[in-house]
Amino acid sequence: MTAIGQSEFAIQAEGLTKVYGSGNTEVVAMRDATMEVKRGEVLALLGPSGAGKSTFLTAVGLINPPTRGRITIRGQVVMDGPAAQTNLRSFRRRHIGFVFQKSNLIPFLTAVENVQVALELNGAPRRKARRSALQLMDYLGVSDRADNLPSMLSGGQQQRVAVARALANRPSVILADEPTAALDSFRGRQVMELFAKVAHEQGAGVIVVTHDHRALDVFDTIYEMEDGIMRQIEHPTVSL
Amino acid sequence: MNLAIKDIRHNLGRFALTTTGIGLLLMIVMGMGGIYRGVVEDATLLIDRVGADLWIVQRNTRGPFAELSRVPSNLVHRALAVPGVQTSREFIYHTIQRERDGKPLRLAVLGLSWPTDRGEWLPLTAGRPLQQSHFEMIADETLRLQLGEQVSLGKETYTVVGTTKSMISSSGDGIAFFTVADAQAIQFDVPGEAVRLERASRESRGRDFEQAIQQPFILEQAGAPSQQLPAIARPQISAVMITVSPGTDVQRVANIISGWGDVAVFSNDDQRELLLKGSVEKVRRQIGLFRVLLTVIAAIIMALILYTLTLDKIHSIALLKLIGAPNTVILGLILQQAIILGTLGFAIALAIGQRVFPLFPRRVILTQPDLVQLAVIVFGISIVASLLGIWKAMQVSPHEALS
Repeated sequence: MTAIGQSEFAIQAEGLTKVYGSGNTEVVAMRDATMEVKRGEVLALLGPSGAGKSTFLTAVGLINPPTRGRITIRGQVVMDGPAAQTNLRSFRRRHIGFVFQKSNLIPFLTAVENVQVALELNGAPRRKARRSALQLMDYLGVSDRADNLPSMLSGGQQQRVAVARALANRPSVILADEPTAALDSFRGRQVMELFAKVAHEQGAGVIVVTHDHRALDVFDTIYEMEDGIMRQIEHPTVSL
Repeated sequence: MNLAIKDIRHNLGRFALTTTGIGLLLMIVMGMGGIYRGVVEDATLLIDRVGADLWIVQRNTRGPFAELSRVPSNLVHRALAVPGVQTSREFIYHTIQRERDGKPLRLAVLGLSWPTDRGEWLPLTAGRPLQQSHFEMIADETLRLQLGEQVSLGKETYTVVGTTKSMISSSGDGIAFFTVADAQAIQFDVPGEAVRLERASRESRGRDFEQAIQQPFILEQAGAPSQQLPAIARPQISAVMITVSPGTDVQRVANIISGWGDVAVFSNDDQRELLLKGSVEKVRRQIGLFRVLLTVIAAIIMALILYTLTLDKIHSIALLKLIGAPNTVILGLILQQAIILGTLGFAIALAIGQRVFPLFPRRVILTQPDLVQLAVIVFGISIVASLLGIWKAMQVSPHEALS
C-alpha cells in the first residue's frame, strides 16, 4: 500500500459498478466507471438526471460503497469492492470535502459554527478553529453573516458556508454535486473558480457534478455519464 | 463545541416545556416516595416519641396500634410492682370525629397518665404542658386549633394550652393530648337520654333476676351511676406503657409480665414492627408499588421524548457522520441531552415539590437518602432512556444527509 500523500493522483476509481436489488429487480446504476483525478486537477462530470453521477460521487466519497471496483485516494486503497480498507468516517473527515446541491448545514449551529465544527472534529482547538472558519468565510464573502443561523441566510449564502465547510480541513479531495444550482451565474462561477484555485494551490483533486455549461472553461477535464457508463469527453475550449 | 447545548439553545422553548413536563412527572415520583416515608414516619412517630420500653396489652391481641385492646386500669399498679419497672403509665388512644364550625374535626385522642406524664416529652411549638388534671388539652398544629381556644367534646369544654408539630396518628389525623381521665370521658361519653335508658333497662332486667326479687334493695341500686356499682367494671384503658430502671434487663421484665394470663407484652421494637407490618403495611406496599410504576412510566416517557428529539435531529446526525464525526460525538450529543433533561427535571421536581408538598393534607417527607436515591435512579433512567435514541442515531447512514 502506498502511503498517503506520495501518489500523483488524488483519486483513482477503477471499474466501479453499483448494482441495486437482485434478480428481476436488479438495477445497475453504474457500470465499470473508471476515472483518475490528478492532484490539482479540476474535473467536471456531466450527464442527464439518473445517469449515475451521484452514485459515482457517493461511492468515491466513501458514503455508498460500490458493488465492485476499487477506490484509491492519494495512493491509499480505501475501497476494494464493497469492503472498506480503512476507517471510512475518519478518512472522510481528514481527506474529503463535500458540497451538495442543498447546502446541508446543521440548523442549530450558526454559519461560523457550521464551518468550525468540521475543523474541531479534525482536532483543531476551538479558538483556532473559529479563527480559521472566519477567515474562510471572509474569503467567500459571508463573514458578515457568521453568527446567523442557516435559516436566516439566503440560498447562496448557505451554499458559500457549505463550501467553506468543505474546504476547512484542506482536503485532498473535494466532491461537489451541483454546487451552483442555488447560486446566480456570477456567484456560481465564483464558486467554480474557487474550486479551481483550491485545487491548484492545495493540490487537491476536485470532482464537480454540474449541469452548468457556462463555467466549463474552469475545468481541466470533463467526463460524461449516461446510463451508468462513464467516458471522458473532449474539453469544449479545446474543440473551439 | 458542545453540540448538545447548541441544539438545546436552538430549541429552547420546546426543551424548556419538555423538561418542565419531565420535572412534574419526577415530582410525582418524588412525592410518592415522600408520602411513603410520611406514612411510615407518622405510623411510628408516637411509638418512637412516647419513650416506653414495654407495652402491656390485652392477651391474644397485638396492641392498640393493630387492633382493639382493653386492659383494666389497675394494671398500671400491677406492672409497677414488678421488680425493675421504673414507671408505669396508662395508654388510651382512640380517634373521634366531631363537627366544628360546620366542618368535620377528626382528632386522635391520646391520654397522658396524669400526674406522672404531663406531656413534657412532646415537641411543643407554643404554650405549655398540662398543668391540671382536667379540661386542658395539647393539640397538634394540623388540627388548626389556636392556643387558648376552647373545644367542646362530650359534656365538657377543653382549653388548648399547648400546640405540637408533626404529632400525627398512623391514619394521618392530628393527635390531641388529654389526661387519661379526660380521654376516657371523651371516649365513653354517652348522651343523658342513653344513660337514663340504660338505668331503666338495668331495673327492667333486675325484675326478672332471682336475687333482686328476694332482696329488693339490690333493685333500688340498679339505677345508680355505674361507678357506684361494683358489678360494673371501671372504664378500661388501651394498654400500659412501662419503662425499666437503668441497668435492668428489659427481656427479664417482659418474661415476668408475659407469665400473667390476662395480658401480652411487647417491646417498643415489637410494637413498631407490628404497626409497620400490620395496619400500614398495605398502604406502604401500595404506595411503594405505585412509586415503582411511576418510575417505569417516567423512564418510558423520557425514552420516547429522547427518541423524538433524536428523530428531529436525524438529518443533522447524518450530516455529522458525512463530514466524519465519530460515533462518540453523536453518542455524546444524545447522552448529554438526556442527562441535562434528567438533571433539570430533577431540579424542577425538587424546587416545585418543596413548595407544593407542605400544602398536602398528609405529611410528605423528603429525606436526604431518598432524594439521593431518586437522583441516582433519574441518572440511570436518563442513560437507559437515551439508548433508544442512540440506537436510532447509530442506524442512520450519512447517505441520508443527501436525501
